[in-house]
Amino acid sequence: MMTMNRWLTFLAALLLAGCAQTGLRGTGDLGVVVERASGRIAIVDTTAKSIIASVHGLGDLSHASVVFSRDGRYAYVFGRDGGLSKVDLLLARIDKRVMQAGNSIGGAISQDGRLVVAQNYEPGGIKVFDADTLELLSEVPAQSKVVGLADLSGNRFAYALFDKGEIWISDLANPRDPKTQKYPAGQQPYDGLVTPDGRHYMAGLFGEDGIALLDTWRPELGSRKILEHYGKGQEKLPVFKMPHLRGWAVAGGKAYLPAIGRHEVLLVDTATWKEAGRIEVKGQPVFVMARPDGRQVWVNFAFPDNGWVQVIDTLKGEVVQTLQPGKAILHMEFTPRGEQVWLSARDDNLVSIYDTQSFARLTTLQAESPSGIFFTSRAARTGF
Amino acid sequence: MIAATADAAEPDSARQRELVRLVRQDCGSCHGMTLKGGLGLPLTAEALRDKPFDGLVATVVYGRPGTAMPPWKTMISENEAEWIVRQLMQGFPEEAR
Ligand code: HEC
Repeated sequence: MMTMNRWLTFLAALLLAGCAQTGLRGTGDLGVVVERASGRIAIVDTTAKSIIASVHGLGDLSHASVVFSRDGRYAYVFGRDGGLSKVDLLLARIDKRVMQAGNSIGGAISQDGRLVVAQNYEPGGIKVFDADTLELLSEVPAQSKVVGLADLSGNRFAYALFDKGEIWISDLANPRDPKTQKYPAGQQPYDGLVTPDGRHYMAGLFGEDGIALLDTWRPELGSRKILEHYGKGQEKLPVFKMPHLRGWAVAGGKAYLPAIGRHEVLLVDTATWKEAGRIEVKGQPVFVMARPDGRQVWVNFAFPDNGWVQVIDTLKGEVVQTLQPGKAILHMEFTPRGEQVWLSARDDNLVSIYDTQSFARLTTLQAESPSGIFFTSRAARTGF
Repeated sequence: MIAATADAAEPDSARQRELVRLVRQDCGSCHGMTLKGGLGLPLTAEALRDKPFDGLVATVVYGRPGTAMPPWKTMISENEAEWIVRQLMQGFPEEAR
């Protein structure tokens, strides 16, 4: 007969084995790093600063983007080849996968977490899926490449049409029967963002100077153009990579935006939507991302300046740090409260982790051609 | 216009590797790493089959004003652009691992 002690040890061992199998842990400090050349994502732990697992078989992940279920357990990975995969971060495996388009560039998840929407180049438009089963619920064809898809309150989604120069808002209150409103944007919108409060949708224009702005609380007022003529008619530099507007670069009442074809970050006052200055930087900005507290804005650059990263102090309104974290810095992601930033150095096959206060490099992780880095804290943020 | 001479000096093999990487990674940001298209048109052999070689080389060197296709003349010589377009028309090589 077992003694009580042995019995307890036996129970403890059982429990431990159970934990190891089901990975009994929270997801708040998890994330994924896209290894784009290998069709693989690395699942990372931002507390341990380590890679804890890899998931293969996700197809063409160039320009892949990721959103998270609201419980932070599942990552929805949108591949370039139109693959949409739902990855279980705890079990480190693909839960479901569908091929939903020929050529896709990203997606978003609804306010209530029930709908996942993909934005597609080919065939152009958006598609709406059940977040649980990935069943196709409806689609809104657009005869145009769709960029800048963002979730709004009330299960609405805003996006811009590159070829048509429009902003559309689709209301998915009934996800099987989307209702779409259309607004003029301008020439060749290349990406869009929604402000942290979910109120203003902005679409950056490639074909002309300026940004289209729509107040989604009062869409009946229509869209308008801001920062018109920021290039003052000067010839812009050749643009070797389209900037991204994602990343809520809204801090301290100002929005920080990449200037197209210029070595500048543009500042806009979010009360008046007038230009509030510009900051000269090292190259053409690609990502302009605010640290979660808004004190710093981090900027990376297009080829050939993509080995640099600069940090703007939003109180001083100037660049306070210039870093060389590695070759071909493609993306940056802050930990939930911003004490660390993770940067992917594609051509060094590394992820570099920095302390945002001291700017010291804390460690590096090996990853094959890393591109996007996405942490589960996005699950709780509008526009991510 | 650019003369498409068959005996134009080819980039050496180290430069060829760099160009393959540049096309896959940096052209790939608009054309897709598999070159099947994105914001830019597809650059597969099939898509380019009936297009004039000289015009494609000129597009790479000088870009297409009014579109998102930038001029690459500050990074890529005309010889190199010809080599790239020849490879594209034959089916572009994968990056060596
Ligand atoms: C910033 C985006 C962007 C980048 C980077 C880019 N392209 Fe393009 N490219 C385009 C667009 C957009 C078009 C289509 C232009 C049009 O509408 O006529 C195009 C067209 C072309 C064409 C003509 C295709 C055809 O069928 O007529 C070729 C060839 C080409 N690109 C090669 C390249 C190469 C080689 C590189 C890298 C050295 C490159 N592109 C990088 C955006 C880009």
